[in-house]
Amino acid sequence: MNNSFLRISIWVYLAIFFLYLLGPLVIMSVTAFNSSAFPRMTPWECLTFQWFGELFQDQRILNGIKNSLIIGAGTVVLSVAMGLAGALMLTQIWPKLRATYYTIIIAPILIPGVVLGISTLVFWDRINRMLGLGADSFLSNGIFLTVIGQSTFIASYCMLVLVARLQRYDIALTEAALDLGASHAQAFRKILLPFMRPAIASAAVLAFLASFENYNTTTFTFGEYPTLTIELAQKVRYGITPAISALAFIIVALTVFFALLNEAKLKRQELVAVARKKATVEELAGKIKLPSFFAGNMAAVLLVVFAVATITVVGTATAYNPGQCIANVKEQKRLEAEQRIQELRKQREEQRKKREAEAAEQGDAQQSAPKPSNNSGFGNVFAPNALGGDAEEESSDTETPPSNNGGFGGAFDPNSLQNDQ
Amino acid sequence: MSAGVGVDLENLWIRFGDFVAVRDANVNINGGDFFSFLGPSGCGKTTILRAVSGFLDPSEGKVLIGGKDMRGIGPNKRPTALIFQNLALFPLMKVWENITFSLEIKGASTAERRKRADELLDMIALPGQGDKLPSELSGGQRQRVAIARALCAEPDVLLLDEPLSALDLKLRQHMRTELREIQQRVGITFIYITHDQGEALTMSDNIAVMRAGVIDQIADGKTIYNDPNTAFAASFVGENNVFRGKIKQVMGNEALISTNRSGDLVARISTANQGKLNEGDDAMMFIRPEAFAIAADGATGDHFVTARVNHEEFEGNVFNIFTEGDGGKEIKVSLPNLGQSFEDHTGQNITLEYETRNAVLVPAGELAAE
Repeated sequence: MNNSFLRISIWVYLAIFFLYLLGPLVIMSVTAFNSSAFPRMTPWECLTFQWFGELFQDQRILNGIKNSLIIGAGTVVLSVAMGLAGALMLTQIWPKLRATYYTIIIAPILIPGVVLGISTLVFWDRINRMLGLGADSFLSNGIFLTVIGQSTFIASYCMLVLVARLQRYDIALTEAALDLGASHAQAFRKILLPFMRPAIASAAVLAFLASFENYNTTTFTFGEYPTLTIELAQKVRYGITPAISALAFIIVALTVFFALLNEAKLKRQELVAVARKKATVEELAGKIKLPSFFAGNMAAVLLVVFAVATITVVGTATAYNPGQCIANVKEQKRLEAEQRIQELRKQREEQRKKREAEAAEQGDAQQSAPKPSNNSGFGNVFAPNALGGDAEEESSDTETPPSNNGGFGGAFDPNSLQNDQ
Repeated sequence: MSAGVGVDLENLWIRFGDFVAVRDANVNINGGDFFSFLGPSGCGKTTILRAVSGFLDPSEGKVLIGGKDMRGIGPNKRPTALIFQNLALFPLMKVWENITFSLEIKGASTAERRKRADELLDMIALPGQGDKLPSELSGGQRQRVAIARALCAEPDVLLLDEPLSALDLKLRQHMRTELREIQQRVGITFIYITHDQGEALTMSDNIAVMRAGVIDQIADGKTIYNDPNTAFAASFVGENNVFRGKIKQVMGNEALISTNRSGDLVARISTANQGKLNEGDDAMMFIRPEAFAIAADGATGDHFVTARVNHEEFEGNVFNIFTEGDGGKEIKVSLPNLGQSFEDHTGQNITLEYETRNAVLVPAGELAAE
């Protein structure tokens, strides 16, 4: 019994953990397909792909993506090169200095990105002036500064990844190459670099992702080349739309796609290695029979499912027209709003009557109390009583769709204005 | 056998900070020889090998290969090829690419490399395995690939750094024979590093016994085994029983030693120490387990040892008797199994007999750790 309780708690814990990790992503992805103008999951209005269309018509977002890609590529090249140099240096340096060197190299990760951004800006501006270059020189170019600024700490990430692989490198391999007549450059190119390739690929992916999502540093250095994160931040300031959810969905989908692709490839390599081990000499010399791509490769199967699903969704999107549904929802909303206004009006009428009766009973004592005026064009929404009544209604009736914007009692619905007059 | 290129170490000193790894080594290795450096781990033998291959420069003295001073010449310019202790095969390259790496460096074509790889694979008895990865081979196969890779560079001197230590016993014994055969076939100088006296004795033309950076003795295997220079060489190479004592009387090439617990015994002074040992000197006498015979009870004299038997064991080819010895060490006696019956002596006193020529006397000195 105790054991089963433990097992259940583990599953519950896992469920909560994954909900916490993936819940926001799921919800954001779902909102990308809801026709509601505000990104939300409930109430579900209509399935729509319009937000994707809007996204791809947004020149600022597209330009941001373009800049992010350029800066990402630059950062990858610079960071991986610097990271590799740093990692190699770490293995070569005098052992007593190693710890100090490591700390210095790792420090940029611990420095706030904002500080790195400002210092990059200040430092290169000073260099620019020292060289007597104008404000339009490449040293004050947004792309250059952002690449340099981001690389200051992304290079450290890269170095960590590369050092991990380098520690597994047997220096005897380089010595063996030298012993067999290779120069140092040849030993590096033919032995060490191929060995480091997987780590270099990982470091490059890491560098690109770190560059792509960076905001803190970039916000100081982007100049005339705002990246995607900068554009998004500026957009959100003026209100969020489901187009941003659509972008998020695309990024999530791409991430899943590449993760699956990588997994499938790794699994494939593993299977090939096993097949090679089993193969006889003759088979190796000729053509070894390899297992088919999908056999025993779950990731590859998922990848295909994923691809098919994507094609289906895109196909549906081009053919699908949610116009009717959207019209229905609009109509329904209008009706609901009307109904609410009627109810409110009735309620208010009753309250007013009740209050008048009370006033009459209490006579002169309460005469100086201000009476709610009922003649404003806003349908009494600004009357304190109206607000109070509304709040009561909200708490008593949880079924009320939030589409009515709560406290304002549908005051901003154009229909209610019309009805009032 | 002097066709190959010889290697000479002249007054070679190698220091790491305050630590002296190699102390004044003088070695002449003839061309075409199979030469072994034998010593426990940490004795500096690998350091010597790295100095010969060019991975480190001597602090003092010279390394000469073919009579040429190698100072300042990098490992990639020396006519040596090194087989590393862990083999250091390139894990991402196929076997044939590994073997012909030295040709790739020289810019040979793929067809040329393939052809040479096939020749070498035939030589190491791995035909057709060229397309495998090193990780897909067994330990012994990898070993042979490493040898082929080194030979492909056509070195004048092949250096081997304990290449068999990672193999299991059977394979190790097989590879000993194979290495020796390969060496005789290619006729180049082999310098072999090992801590395994069996490997050194079976394969080498000459052996240098090393202890803590010092070369104790350079000689062929038989001499080292039968006529060691020092206590260390005597105790490190093969099994040996030690008797400590003071020299009582020197009689030409023989001497009488008064041992701590076995009375006065006679022994032959080892060749290198003849004329150097004097009466009153601390000395050590070594007798191999197989040099003893059981004598009749009560026999006394300067070549009889009486001791109590602690325990006995039957090893198959030999029957071992362990008796109380000097300084906590047991005396081991190995009697060949010739089908005779063995009596259990445990707890009894027995008298052991030896011939004077089998008892070797050297100055007292450091013994090899067990």
